Amino acid sequence: MAMKQSAGKRVGVTVRAWVVAFLTFFPILWTFITSFKSELDAIAMPPKFLFFNWTLENYVEVQSRSNCLRFAENSIILSIGANIVGLLISVPAAWSMAFAPTKRAKDVLTWMLSTKMMPAVGVLAPIYLLFRDLHLLDSLWGVGFVLMLLNLPIPIWMLSTYFKEIPVDILEAARMDGASLLNEILYILTPMAAPGIASTVLLTIILSWNEAFWTLNLATSNAAPLTAFIASYSAPEGFFWAKLSAASTLAIAPILVLGWCSQKQLVRGLTFGAVK
Amino acid sequence: MATRQTTAAGRILVAPSVILLFAWMIVPLAMTLYFSSLRYSLLDAENSGFVGLQNYTAFLSDPDFIAALFNTLILVGSVLAISVCGGILVALLMDQPVFGQTVLRLMVIAPFFVMPTVSALVWKNLLMNPDSGLFAWIAISLGFSPIVWFTNHPMLSVIVVVSWEWLPFASLILLTALQSLDEEQKEAASLDGAGPISYFGYIVLPHIARAITVVILIETIFLLSVFAEIYVTTSGGPGVATTNIPFLVYKQALLNFDVGSASAGGVIAVVLANVVAIFLMRIVGRNLEG
Repeated sequence: MAMKQSAGKRVGVTVRAWVVAFLTFFPILWTFITSFKSELDAIAMPPKFLFFNWTLENYVEVQSRSNCLRFAENSIILSIGANIVGLLISVPAAWSMAFAPTKRAKDVLTWMLSTKMMPAVGVLAPIYLLFRDLHLLDSLWGVGFVLMLLNLPIPIWMLSTYFKEIPVDILEAARMDGASLLNEILYILTPMAAPGIASTVLLTIILSWNEAFWTLNLATSNAAPLTAFIASYSAPEGFFWAKLSAASTLAIAPILVLGWCSQKQLVRGLTFGAVK
Repeated sequence: MATRQTTAAGRILVAPSVILLFAWMIVPLAMTLYFSSLRYSLLDAENSGFVGLQNYTAFLSDPDFIAALFNTLILVGSVLAISVCGGILVALLMDQPVFGQTVLRLMVIAPFFVMPTVSALVWKNLLMNPDSGLFAWIAISLGFSPIVWFTNHPMLSVIVVVSWEWLPFASLILLTALQSLDEEQKEAASLDGAGPISYFGYIVLPHIARAITVVILIETIFLLSVFAEIYVTTSGGPGVATTNIPFLVYKQALLNFDVGSASAGGVIAVVLANVVAIFLMRIVGRNLEG
């Protein structure tokens, strides 16, 4: 009797949970489905859910008309480039935080994290004017640099927590054997902390890919990533929903997959370790 | 142990990050402060000069600013209420033994990874369009007339979109916190005959209180800076109905080219965010000790 009841309850909870999950996920699913419709089917009333002529023409047209791949390329260059430079700067800093902390290391880290809390509009005017004068507006270098700096506190913080989990004896043994600091970091620390570094990189790629304040304000065409490309659909010209859906699917698919792989680290990274 | 050499090396290795972050935040912020005391328009660069607090008094007495401040508070408050309450419910649901939990988690967290420009335009056009959006069809099927979302209820529409983006974050964090609840504590509570409400009030809520605080603080920081969703859907309108402080500052700086006034707005935004940040850093700082 008790067993039956709990099995029944379990089915009830499962049904409710699936309904909630489906509703939450539905806008993404709907975008995906709409991206395979003709523009006429996309605005059909009543809506066509599954039975329509599935077509790839939107993907072809998005590419041929507006060269979507160029924006995707910018997104990839920006998020990966910002990450590589970010790692070059944050790995040494995290080493320092983990293995050679000064008395004020904690304050420095807290200060670094606090820069994340500065609203972007607080520095919009000076950054925009500086970039204009340095000819960095709409350049991949300029936008990439901003994305790198914007996220920098997160890898420093996350990496230092991962590095702290590595026994310092191993690093010291390498030092005894005469390894230089560079070799110690490159050949001992980095391989041992590879999983932590990988999840840090995943999180910062996601954040850079979706960043939509600086990319919209500093990049207009040459350096514009997918966020700006999608924004260009806000001025509609005729029937465009299916094409918007196709472009959106292309823009979110890669990062959705990465995001799903990194959801555990996401909690740790985005709450600065306050929730584990 | 850290020797003298490693301490010295540590200082050198942390220096680039400190210098870069200093240059990225403190220097521009100082410039913003400086600009905010100037009459400084890009259209009339010749005619610039020191005006003291005039930009602030102009900004603060501007009806658009009052509206933007009000809009910012409404947006932040509503999205917080929706995402935290909804997040608790979703987390409680997902914490039960359900079939296919892994897939469910992936579905619930998915909206968080969608870039803001995509979520805003998809919601505006595919779902909320009054002529052929899905919501219009649902409304007509149920015998109501469709809601003209972005024209008649612009702020509500923005709130719905932004809530959809942030509900997954709250759910995921709160679920993580729930899962660390001790099994024995759950059993003890049920042995003592705790009903679902007192179980939630005395066991669950105190356990996830800290996570709720963290969610509220982190979301507030991001929600104070909502920009792209407004930029691609309403451009702050109609009128100033959906203009929040970030959008107002953007408008002053890059559309009206009034650097002085925009900077004053920027400083006000920074002060607002700092009030929240101080609370967050206290909690995080406590955590860094562990």
